[in-house]
Amino acid sequence: MKFSALSLGRQAVAGQTGWPRQWRAAEPKAAYDVVVVGGGGHGLASAYYLATRYGVRNVAVVEKGWLGGGNTGRNTTIIRSNYLFDESAALYNHALGIWPGLSRGLNYNIMFSPRGVLMLAHTVHDVQVVKRHVHANRLNGVDNEWLDAAAAKAFCPPLNISPEARYPVLGAALQRAGGTARHDAVAWGYARGASAAGVDIVEQCAVTGIRRDAQGAVAGVETTRGFIGAAKVAVVAAGSTSVVMKMAGVAMPLESHPLQALVSEPVKPTFPCVVMSNTVHAYISQSDKGELVIGAGSDQYPSYSQTGGIHQLNHALEAICEMFPQYARMRMLRSWGGIVDMTPDRSPIIGTTPVPGLFVNCGWGTGGFKATPGSGDVFAATVARGTPHPIAAPFALDRFAKGRLIDEAAAAAVAH
Amino acid sequence: MLLIDCPHCGPRAEIEFRHAGEAHLVRPGGSDESADWGAYLYARDNIRGRATERWRHVHGCGQFFNAVRDTVSDAFECTYPAGESRRTGADIA
Repeated sequence: MKFSALSLGRQAVAGQTGWPRQWRAAEPKAAYDVVVVGGGGHGLASAYYLATRYGVRNVAVVEKGWLGGGNTGRNTTIIRSNYLFDESAALYNHALGIWPGLSRGLNYNIMFSPRGVLMLAHTVHDVQVVKRHVHANRLNGVDNEWLDAAAAKAFCPPLNISPEARYPVLGAALQRAGGTARHDAVAWGYARGASAAGVDIVEQCAVTGIRRDAQGAVAGVETTRGFIGAAKVAVVAAGSTSVVMKMAGVAMPLESHPLQALVSEPVKPTFPCVVMSNTVHAYISQSDKGELVIGAGSDQYPSYSQTGGIHQLNHALEAICEMFPQYARMRMLRSWGGIVDMTPDRSPIIGTTPVPGLFVNCGWGTGGFKATPGSGDVFAATVARGTPHPIAAPFALDRFAKGRLIDEAAAAAVAH
Repeated sequence: MLLIDCPHCGPRAEIEFRHAGEAHLVRPGGSDESADWGAYLYARDNIRGRATERWRHVHGCGQFFNAVRDTVSDAFECTYPAGESRRTGADIA
């Protein structure tokens, strides 16, 4: 069923009782051209673009749990593309170019809200680094501008720019094209679109092995619902990527760490944009439900526990109270953790692997949500053609052996 | 927050420590041009389950030591001084 003013009106009259399932719950077939391992945003977007843009329709997405139940549903929904290096600017700006038309393209409201992303500078060093990012971004055609403290306050009235603060705000970089989107809707919209294009979406199906033929090439995946043959296997498993890739004998340059976030009680609209601060170490926006959505730094040790230390959350809240003293008495509603796959250079890995037929899209670490549409597009192209998409090429797995790292450690909102 | 048993100082809160990566990585021989330096520098086991790792008691004795920890429950099985051989299941009382 298409979403339109007419169908919404009909459902309003009928009490919202007539909406069908938005994607088919498929039984796995014996074999596919491509099996995507992982039903998060990136995996579903990859399947969607394989089927709709690159002509590979015989595709399955296998997911251990439920769609978007991992990092897709646990992130802080921030979208921006103000990364420093040329390779990153191309990749993240490719995604930012897709976001504005995505709801219309999917016929599914992903609630993209380009409300602007402010990255604060609190020290002389911050000012120099932030301005360098602004200049590099502008040379790459990426939207970004420098605001002094008063202009930052005008854009974000809740911001405390008092010179009496422990780390006073000296200015900020503003990416007006950045903002937020509804994270669950991104997974659901891509799943719906992919399913309509013929992709089989198989939930509650954990991959337990990757079968290879006598020549070493991929033959399919062993799962809790039986063997599924595949000419190509595309691993998009975020925090569990190392575990899945080890099934094919590939050691990854990844460490999986907990990353926590929390939300406040819902309140009236009070916060107009996204604010990030690397120096005092937190980021914040307000959801459409009214909750303040606050992100913390990653925990220091590798873990698959999807939980972390309370001191990380305390640290983030101290920073929020420093920047926005008026929120000091707000109550926090809930907190949670996701498991993020961190690369040594904090840039993703997209492309081929030493195993013929095996592809991987991982290493998005703490900042993958913003890239979901672009990641899905360039990875789908890479899987369909067997050779890297030009935007994906610099992010190949072999860059670690070659020493061609893309060090974006400074691009994160908080140190990870 | 984790409670970590420093082999030199006893149990202390996690914020006194820094995690220092996978333990028992062996550096390739000095003049070996063919060594897989990329793998040594960057490839990690990233084990889901019992992992052997280094920690440093930065806000205590300052010493590095090794630990065996379950990365699903985050529970430490044991800690032991740096330089000792890798602990396996049989060694851990």
